Amino acid sequence: MRSVILPVMGTNAAWRNAARDLAARGVPPEDVLWQFGEGGSDLFAAGQAAPPGPDAPGAPALRVPRAFVALAGEVTCHSDPERFALLYAMLWRLQKRPGLLSDRGDAQVDRLEAMAKSVRRDMHKMKAFVRFRDIGGADGQEPGARRAFAAWFEPEHNIVEATAPFFAKRFGDMDWTILTPKECARFDREGLHFSPGAARPPLPEDATEELWTTYFRNIFNPARLKVKAMQSEMPRKYWKNMPETAAIPEMIAGAEARVRGMQAAAPSLPPLRAERILERNRTAPGAQADAADRDGPLQTRPVTWPALDKGLAGCRRCPLHADATQVVPGRGPRDAALMIVGEQPGDHEDLTGQPFVGPAGQLLDRAAREAGLDRNAAFITNAVKHFKFAPRGKRRIHQRPDNTEVMACKWWLDVERELLRPRLILALGATAARALTGNGDAILARRGRVERTADGTPVLLTVHPSYLLRRSDAATIEADMAAFVDDLRHAARLLAA
Amino acid sequence: MNFMKQDLRQKLAILSDAAKYDASCASSGSVRRDSSDGKGLGSNEGTGICHAYAPDGRCISLLKILMTNFCIYDCAYCVNRVSSNVERARFSVEEVVTLTLEFYRRNYIEGLFLSSGIIRSPDATMADMVRIARTLRHEHGFRGYIHLKTIPDAAPELIEEAGLLADRLSINVELPTDDSVRAYAPEKDPAQIRRAMAGVRVKQLERSEKSHTGRLPARFAPAGQSTQMIVGADGASDSAILGNATRLYSSYRLKRVYYSAFSPIPDSSSALPLISPPLQREHRLYQADWLLRFYGFGVEEITGVSRDGNLDLEIDPKLAWALAHRELFPVDVNLAEREMLLRVPGFGTKTVGRILATRAHRWLRYDDLRRMGAQMKKARAFVTLTDWTPGALTDSAGLRARFAPPPEQLSLF
Repeated sequence: MRSVILPVMGTNAAWRNAARDLAARGVPPEDVLWQFGEGGSDLFAAGQAAPPGPDAPGAPALRVPRAFVALAGEVTCHSDPERFALLYAMLWRLQKRPGLLSDRGDAQVDRLEAMAKSVRRDMHKMKAFVRFRDIGGADGQEPGARRAFAAWFEPEHNIVEATAPFFAKRFGDMDWTILTPKECARFDREGLHFSPGAARPPLPEDATEELWTTYFRNIFNPARLKVKAMQSEMPRKYWKNMPETAAIPEMIAGAEARVRGMQAAAPSLPPLRAERILERNRTAPGAQADAADRDGPLQTRPVTWPALDKGLAGCRRCPLHADATQVVPGRGPRDAALMIVGEQPGDHEDLTGQPFVGPAGQLLDRAAREAGLDRNAAFITNAVKHFKFAPRGKRRIHQRPDNTEVMACKWWLDVERELLRPRLILALGATAARALTGNGDAILARRGRVERTADGTPVLLTVHPSYLLRRSDAATIEADMAAFVDDLRHAARLLAA
Repeated sequence: MNFMKQDLRQKLAILSDAAKYDASCASSGSVRRDSSDGKGLGSNEGTGICHAYAPDGRCISLLKILMTNFCIYDCAYCVNRVSSNVERARFSVEEVVTLTLEFYRRNYIEGLFLSSGIIRSPDATMADMVRIARTLRHEHGFRGYIHLKTIPDAAPELIEEAGLLADRLSINVELPTDDSVRAYAPEKDPAQIRRAMAGVRVKQLERSEKSHTGRLPARFAPAGQSTQMIVGADGASDSAILGNATRLYSSYRLKRVYYSAFSPIPDSSSALPLISPPLQREHRLYQADWLLRFYGFGVEEITGVSRDGNLDLEIDPKLAWALAHRELFPVDVNLAEREMLLRVPGFGTKTVGRILATRAHRWLRYDDLRRMGAQMKKARAFVTLTDWTPGALTDSAGLRARFAPPPEQLSLF
């Protein structure tokens, strides 16, 4: 039987060295007695002279999955005296079954995982429940001087060393000490220092604790009393070192009466200033003055651009307004000779309120540049002005507007046409073609043709750029793009004529 | 009102009392940073930390306060509405900064969640809030968490600066439907609230693209944006609430939608009589929200199993769905796909992960599942295992009664 004594500080590294060495020598788990504490950092006591060194010649290199290193790092912090033996037994088994750790039906894996979980929870609670008190230091004296804080904490496991780096990173500009019965940590300009466990020190009073307790009392909602939920997350064993918990019994006792008081109180008369402020809100420019416009479909057909903008902003002609962010009106010079009409705004257009700014818009830009068509000189809009979509998790999936929606929105498209009086309209895709010409037949058979609106304005038909984005066939994508550019060239020629 | 004589403790009492109706106290999901350079204070590990729990069972992670509870708006559900007679207070910039830093140094909090009543104008209010965040970050090198409540009507430049200083921004949609917002929050415009959320999303997108030098710009609100809906103040059904949540998640990539049971407030409005907060309903909504986001459920599946579009208060929504779809059960745990395992009542995402990993090693038995964290009391009627079959249990008429709590007398409190 070999006996290994592990030190209180640097336990995990010492266990790893010892375990690696024992495994390399082929010492089976049942031949090792693991001990913890008893001072001293000498690994092999009682005549175990073998120094931890390189693996014995000829021994196969010790390999463990990365997950085991992490698991051991946590389990060695546990307070269970059997932890080292359990870990070594697992290390031994892992040599034959490297994938063993993912078998959650294995009782030993399960036990180690449960221990690791308990350690993680304790570490987490230490990060959460340590309460520092101001112990002076150089408060506001020479510049660059550091303030000093100290805390007393009672963890369940030996987690101080593993948790101290968290505090060092968090409180980089102050000196602090965390004292516990198991181990103590101190941090200053030089870095972290560890020392053996201590007795509870008398720490000076800290006036900020009263402010903190005031906050704790007032952030509590007495109408939602859930004492069990509180206790399962903040177990009583931690309470004695947390100043705010002294207020808990009284908070619980008074809760019901406070709620009854709120429910029993009759509504009071508003303070005098309220009426004055509310009157100012009502008359503030833009505030609620437009409520009438916002709330219903505009009855009269707008005959000016500002009236069109206002009408569009409050449009409820079809249900699409309800789910979209905003209406996306047409954009461009209001004396443009060319009007470009797409189908409907997409995700990006809905977010920004501007037409053709997403991927389809960028493709249109590229094609227009290639065709020598000045997109900025065109008025660009959509047949339907709100984004129609179906939510799918984190995305919105484009839905084609139906005939009713297209017809409801055609009202606005017609107003745009009347106000703009373009010489040529470029219809992108079947929805635009239908709204402009009344004919909803397949677009591929009609592309490149010039049809007419009811009042005789020429409409050049082509595909919607998103059709090109959807095409995944590398062989035809270039030809498709070239055909689209050709259609835009055609538009440029018609405009120049 | 002895406003001038209030000391810091009194102001803190008033302005934290006024902030408690905002459910969020999350401090998770932001970028990693620390103060190991010794030049500032604070760190963020990405995972949130709850530093205390109040007897309402809620996590206290942040110093959640209002800058002021003076407000020119008159939202019927709100303790701070202009027509209420609650005591008013206002913090100075220095007071908020000092409280935040001194609480942080004592390890009471992860950071600050700052909200405010609207004073003077939305821009003036937002500018004051941004000044507090700027002072913390730039003058004091504060690297802890900052959550700023964004005022939807504030100027885009202010929201932009807020997003560069804060980890999280949030804008509350307040109530589940636009009509309710108009009825109970007359100064608020639901369309403007959505445009503001869209604006935050656009800023996040712009700042996630590399510049021509290949560098990523400073992240905008790296912990994302969230929102809150008050539940039970208006007549909206759970189906309307979850439908709205689904829309918000998909449209603006919200990190969280919080559901807040309408809760009694001091000096309430006659427009909204006080009720006991519907805590169970709130709990079921959160469960449903989780099913939507992590379990592959669609909103119609969850609300479709009840006739009135409201969730069953007695049993959880996954169990309700399973009871209505018994033809799909029992599921063979040793063979079923991940998607189906996620639909078994009593199985969480972690349990399912463990099941899948362990299936590579062995045929699973009843006790294995218990070890993996499955709630077998719920799951047993819906699964078969090497040594377990539920027999007639799955289709038994009394199955629901096994899970629903026995009827109890209703109490006012």
